[in-house]
Amino acid sequence: MLSPRALILRGPGTNCDHETAYAFERAGGHTKRIHVQALAQSPSLLDDFQIFCIPGGFSYGDDIASGRILAIELSERLGDTLRRFHERGGLILGICNGFQVLLQTGLLTPDSTSGKQAATLTRNVSGRFIDCWVRLQATPGNCVFLRGLDHFELPVAHAEGRFTTADKTFLQQLGSHGQFVLHYAKNRDGQQTNPNGSEQNVAGMCDRTGRIFGLMPHPERFIEATQHPAWAGRLDPHADGAGLRFFRNALRVIGKDLG
Amino acid sequence: MLWEVDVHDRQHDTTAQDLVTAANDLGFDVHTAHAATGWLIEGDMDFDEVRRIGTRLFTDPVTEVCRVAKVGEAELVSMPPGAEETHNLILHVLPKPGVTDPAAESAKEAMALLGVNATAVRSLKKYWVPAECMTSEQVAEIAWKRLASEAIHEVIIGPLTLSRLSGGSRWELKREHVRLNGLNDSELEELSRQQCLALTAKELHAVREHFNSLGREPFEIELETIAQTWSEHCCHKTLGSPIDHIGPDGESRYDNLLKETVFASTETVREQLGPDDWCVSVFSDNSGVVRFDGDHDICVKVETHNHPSAIEPYGGAATGLGGVIRDVLGTGHGAKPLANLDVFCVAPLNTPAKTIPPGIIPPEKLLHGVVAGVRDYGNRMGIPTIAGAVAFHSGYLGNPLVFCGTVGLMPRDSADGRVEPGDLVVVAGGRTGRDGIHGATFSSIELSSESENQSGGSVQIGHAIHEKTVTDFVLAASEEQLFHAITDCGAGGLSSAVGEMGAELGAEVDLEKVPLKYDGLSATEVWISEAQERMVLAVSPSEWPRLAEVARLEGVEATPIGTFTGNGQLVLRWNGESVGDLNCHFLHEGRPRERLRSIFTPPQHLPVRWSLENENFETVLLELLRSEDVASKEWIIRQYDHEVQGKSVLKPLLGPMGGPADATVIRGVLGRPRGILIGIGLRHHLGTIDPFEMAVGGIVEAVSNCIASGADPERIALLDNFCWGDCRRPDSLGTLVEACRGCYEAAVTLQAPFVSGKDSLNNVFTWKDDAGVVKEQSIPPTLLATAIGQINDVSLCVSSDFKRAGNRIAVVGISTTELGGSQLGVIGRITGGDIPKVDLKNCQNAFKSIYELNQQRLIASCHDLSDGGLGVALAEMAIGGGLGADINLAKVPLDDTDDLAKPDELISLLRVACAETPGRFLIEVKEENTSEVDRILHGSTWSWIGTVTNDSLLTIRCGEDSIVTQTLVRKLATAWREPSTAQTHGKS
Repeated sequence: MLSPRALILRGPGTNCDHETAYAFERAGGHTKRIHVQALAQSPSLLDDFQIFCIPGGFSYGDDIASGRILAIELSERLGDTLRRFHERGGLILGICNGFQVLLQTGLLTPDSTSGKQAATLTRNVSGRFIDCWVRLQATPGNCVFLRGLDHFELPVAHAEGRFTTADKTFLQQLGSHGQFVLHYAKNRDGQQTNPNGSEQNVAGMCDRTGRIFGLMPHPERFIEATQHPAWAGRLDPHADGAGLRFFRNALRVIGKDLG
Repeated sequence: MLWEVDVHDRQHDTTAQDLVTAANDLGFDVHTAHAATGWLIEGDMDFDEVRRIGTRLFTDPVTEVCRVAKVGEAELVSMPPGAEETHNLILHVLPKPGVTDPAAESAKEAMALLGVNATAVRSLKKYWVPAECMTSEQVAEIAWKRLASEAIHEVIIGPLTLSRLSGGSRWELKREHVRLNGLNDSELEELSRQQCLALTAKELHAVREHFNSLGREPFEIELETIAQTWSEHCCHKTLGSPIDHIGPDGESRYDNLLKETVFASTETVREQLGPDDWCVSVFSDNSGVVRFDGDHDICVKVETHNHPSAIEPYGGAATGLGGVIRDVLGTGHGAKPLANLDVFCVAPLNTPAKTIPPGIIPPEKLLHGVVAGVRDYGNRMGIPTIAGAVAFHSGYLGNPLVFCGTVGLMPRDSADGRVEPGDLVVVAGGRTGRDGIHGATFSSIELSSESENQSGGSVQIGHAIHEKTVTDFVLAASEEQLFHAITDCGAGGLSSAVGEMGAELGAEVDLEKVPLKYDGLSATEVWISEAQERMVLAVSPSEWPRLAEVARLEGVEATPIGTFTGNGQLVLRWNGESVGDLNCHFLHEGRPRERLRSIFTPPQHLPVRWSLENENFETVLLELLRSEDVASKEWIIRQYDHEVQGKSVLKPLLGPMGGPADATVIRGVLGRPRGILIGIGLRHHLGTIDPFEMAVGGIVEAVSNCIASGADPERIALLDNFCWGDCRRPDSLGTLVEACRGCYEAAVTLQAPFVSGKDSLNNVFTWKDDAGVVKEQSIPPTLLATAIGQINDVSLCVSSDFKRAGNRIAVVGISTTELGGSQLGVIGRITGGDIPKVDLKNCQNAFKSIYELNQQRLIASCHDLSDGGLGVALAEMAIGGGLGADINLAKVPLDDTDDLAKPDELISLLRVACAETPGRFLIEVKEENTSEVDRILHGSTWSWIGTVTNDSLLTIRCGEDSIVTQTLVRKLATAWREPSTAQTHGKS
């Protein structure tokens, strides 16, 4: 059986590429980190991969808005390449900054009626960057990355993660198509863990095929138990973290396709 | 053509809200305002193009709208779209010309992606304020107090009247000699002051003699190069001096204080280790390097950036962090940065406004500024800021301390960079501008209330993404071994970087080849600019084509600007004409050394005096938990991405309820078990009482942090950062000598070698009071000790939070009851008092015992006792685990049994519970492991003192039957979190 291969995109300001590659490798995949300039020059590089991942970071500094410049670059120079990649069965994953990028490329919401970007990730209600752990609830539907996941914890680390849409109708439309597959949930004390004020506690969403998925939390930061803030003396330090499931799921789906 | 794009938030106008909050805080009755993020765009383009850029690049289609017009058009000052009220006062805050504007630089690059080439872009913030509520002057006051920084911003009320952004024309070559002959000492000193050289008359005599022997006067650029190289910042001018010292033990002489104390301790430890020496490169490169695993070495550096942060906290702290990251990147053949630490020393946040001298940034604004600077730089770099501290003392009011540190990883045996004759001098990364001119010499001069006006040019603004791309480039080039040596452009800019790399060989540099941000810089400005995000590499001409290719792939500008020659001369040229020619030997060895005198007289002994009225044990414990030094720093920690890179094992907040960590721990390599621990020790309240014990106590605290979390006591490296007042004064220098002696004692006894350090010795602030009298304030002598530990397997790490009810609690180490310099003094419950003398041998025994217990997995939790002593440590363990504890103070082993706590004497109880004797630990042990713990600790000073409980109460007894206090853990947690919560919900 061929081993699935994941392309980890990097560019100026990407900073979670190494640990994201490590997560795919721990899950049994092969990875390559490729600079966006190199990919834009030779889009056929993508032909050898079944997974395309935009990891976290501050692409181009996020100086104008998170992910804005990389999203423009991907749309202008690689838009058709990515659509064809998706059509031939490829999986696309955007984590944190990668989610912000995906949303602005329109790949997650190609069905937006106006043709304009109608959903966004904007400044946290607090106005500040926050790094903390949240409790999440998955309602996977057809999202291949979340199969078998229910409640679990992951860390978030962002300043612009508040999901919002231009109008309520569009929000309802996305919900009714089952695209909101990951929500911030209450912790065991019954407190809501939504860290940014996202509408409907949305933490992640997929496209209608379930093969493009973006989320603000960082699954690659909970691959092993020792990454959890309360592991010491409580968890088996060699146990897997919940985040590993995301990467295993993706590889399993591709593995079946590859036969 | 100059266009403006204004972007308005339609949902949550947080920018406007900041102004309203600021106005209300300052007593103005304002309820609404509007704001926009604006972009000034200069270039040959039409409305439609700018409109397209405006909507596509600058505006979020869901939450924002934009407005586009030429600067000067009325539309730009009319009310924003959708605004109901009429607010007709307009305020602009924008970076001064020449100040780095990272957002604008990114915008310019992104516009090019969309096919629109601007000649210049500048960002701005714009506010609409109701004119009936405030005058223009009042709006300006709010802007300067809260929204803008005098060092880097312009504030404009009313419409903008700019017509262009870019300016300056190419500098025309001028060569002017600086006349030194014929000047007397006071004239030489005046020259030094005017040109911000920080050279003494004696040093200028040496310069004059050298140039007289050449038959000429120096050029300005030569004098500047000498000033940078001889600055306190770049060479240990004071610490390396010969000193005649008079201390409590009599007279002593040092030929080189640093070499005979701090360096000497390292040499002694290395000799004792013999073939097991695990130091690789100490005190020679940009950071200290030690062995890690079979494939890697690790390196570490901690720097200060005090004076720039005092004037512009955000930029100062950000570039402080940026600088120390480049130190690690510029070590050996380049190291990968793994983790950052930051330590801030500031005045208490509640310092009354009327006691703050003019020209000083209030401590709260300052702290928020430095935190934001580290946050924005560290987070963008993708390096977790995982360790730190904030220390409070009124002596830091005019001269705060900002320490930033970085730990890096490099392939084993790659620490020895060596420049070869014929190598190209390659500058890579950001472009050069006027930023930070005179930073090195400025940091060697005292601050005054005028500094903001005089030294604005020495403030640098960072651009983290340029540093990230240059990091990616250096690591890629390092992997292919494309350069022989590397260093960063820090203080002194190219003059220091090229000067140091070419110290033996010499170099020729063509300064007109250095890429500039804008035209108009003179040769001297190019040479000494401290523009950020630049590295200098020594590259063999045969490797240059491949290096250039790697740079292009990574989107980094790399430019050869000269050659390392081998003739021992530093030659500077402009378009082929020599503008400076310095002998390297004179430059690096020619500084006259001055014999200094120092005296240390221990301050008069003051007996401890208590100030207790209606207090009881619980109220004092709650006060201690609320004390700024002790209280939670969660509001800061959560703003830092401390988990990026995925290697964190013990984070700053631990356990189900987020208690404080001792050391923080990261893996060296993903998927491998070996870990790196970072511990921090700072006993700043002892600095004025006993500098020797401050140094020893700080080192023991830093090491104890590491030991508590699981570190191997035989693999701990230390770093020193001395921040002192005016060391030209013998009494101030005397405290420095005592601290250096303390460093030697501690390092040798604990077998923990110093591997790197840095000093900042002019931390004095002067101002004029209302009567026009010149006042002066020095910081308290402050030594920051950083300990870098190692652990063979991170799965053996131990956290500080209580784990399970029923587990036993023991205290390890001997307790004394001296209270001088303790938190009881900070909260105002005592004055005076002796300070605890550290017994280093006892500490070392405790370290070994704790390590053995950890390696055998016998400890469920462990916490070292520091600020606030035993009571605070117990509370913190309970807070982290969300569990209670029941302990008996009468069982705490004391050095002097006369000090035994008595149930009905509050003072005797507080002496045992709140003394801060260093080198002690609380451990939690499962019942089934107690006999094994008994066996291992046999012969040590220790005792079981209680158990973990599930009743959510901290119960403290004195004797079995006498309960001193029973306090809800939730109440302790609320007190401990209170100061942090206030900052989270306060100003940003």
